[in-house]
Amino acid sequence: MEELVIYLVIIATLLGAFGGAGVLVWFERRLLGFWQDRPGPNRVGPFGIGLAVADIIKLFAKDDWIPPFADRFIFTFAPTAVVMAMLMGFAVVPYSKELYVTDLNIGLLFFLGMTSLAVYSVLLGGLSSNNKYALFGGLRAAAQMVSYEVFMGLSLMGVVMLSGSFSLVDIVNTQAENVWFIISQPLGFFVFLIAGIAESHRLPFDLPEAEHEIVAGFHTEYSSMKFGMFMLGEYLGLILISSMIATIFFGGWLGPDFLPAPFWFLGKTFAFICFFILLRAGIPRPRYDQLMSFGWKVMLPLTLVNLLVTGAVVLWM
Amino acid sequence: MKSVILAIWSQLVTLYQVLLHTFTPFDTVQYPEQMPVLPPRYRGRIILTRDPDGNERCVACNLCAAVCPADCIALQKTEDEHGRWYPEFFRINFSRCVMCGMCEEACPTYSIQLTPDFEMCEYDRQNLVYEKEHLLIAGQGKYPGYSFYNVSGKSIKDKDKGEALNEAAPTDVRSLLP
Repeated sequence: MEELVIYLVIIATLLGAFGGAGVLVWFERRLLGFWQDRPGPNRVGPFGIGLAVADIIKLFAKDDWIPPFADRFIFTFAPTAVVMAMLMGFAVVPYSKELYVTDLNIGLLFFLGMTSLAVYSVLLGGLSSNNKYALFGGLRAAAQMVSYEVFMGLSLMGVVMLSGSFSLVDIVNTQAENVWFIISQPLGFFVFLIAGIAESHRLPFDLPEAEHEIVAGFHTEYSSMKFGMFMLGEYLGLILISSMIATIFFGGWLGPDFLPAPFWFLGKTFAFICFFILLRAGIPRPRYDQLMSFGWKVMLPLTLVNLLVTGAVVLWM
Repeated sequence: MKSVILAIWSQLVTLYQVLLHTFTPFDTVQYPEQMPVLPPRYRGRIILTRDPDGNERCVACNLCAAVCPADCIALQKTEDEHGRWYPEFFRINFSRCVMCGMCEEACPTYSIQLTPDFEMCEYDRQNLVYEKEHLLIAGQGKYPGYSFYNVSGKSIKDKDKGEALNEAAPTDVRSLLP
């Protein structure tokens, strides 16, 4: 691939990710509104889309306050970590057969590693705030994300076994030759979906910031653009997880020829973003111990069974 | 195991039910473009009405001011040359008014009435203090045809005691005749 194309893809990815995260703030509220029988924010600009810009301006203009009891350096560093990690994760997402930032032969592991790094942001943010609710939030985030990471990685191993590669481009190419992995790995998809929600700590698994118990969790003390960075990181995580599900289980850019390949990828990603918002609209938060026992007692055995059966089938074929 | 499957199934049903709401109409009333339908007895902006002859109905009895829980009504009684009572000034401070409608209930002459209008925002709080000229309307409001002096025993110009509607002639208390 030419170098110029790579740079263009990088710039497009950056703009797309930031712009997408900005628009998502509005889009999510609008969609939640529809599902609650109300129009949602529809005043600023056409369909209320100006709200995305207004929100960003508001965040930038707010008083950026660091509490005197906080650990200044880590407090400032924490919000940037999540955005950096999530943006790094976008590097391995393939938009079409030729269009990607980089095709690492360990692409899947890289993605898993980057989402794991995002835990640090939440953890350090909660720890450095020197606030008991923030600490609770950070603690919960760490426990939740570490335990859900276990089978997030394991659920993908079936896919890796079938395609014989960690590279996301190879995985999609395997799906072009055979069936999409949603058909051959439905259990893996189910587990990855749930782990993905927990990993991006979105509702219904947003216990680290459960506002009915612990104020706002790990970002209790954050204000202005530092809070905005957490928000941005959360929406970037949402887009990243959606694009990963689309790539790994739904054939990424594959689709009938009447649309160019990247559009298929974007369309599938968009559908999953909508699905995540639907989850938020429909499902209440579990209790914290329910979350953990669900993870360890249901999801992990399911994943292991999936792994075992897939391995057996691969050996037998 | 069964309970886990049941729980997951219940979540899926929830999601489907929520998804169906994509096609239901909004409950929200898009206010400035789409006005809400207010019932005629809605308790909004307070007005003072006139009787069928175009005179002020208010007789400055002070009952509204006495009953007002927010204490936002102020008035002063005065009398014209024909013996009619009327308020010299009548002031309602709408920044304190709670639109409870007790003044309307207390009013013996149907003068003070609440209307289905709530759009009275001001940038300056002082502008929420309404004087008589702001409150008084040209018409009769919700109770057309009623005139207090036509049914009461109070004597005014062109109508002496005993001349009101359904009113018996005054009794001469000093007379011994039946």
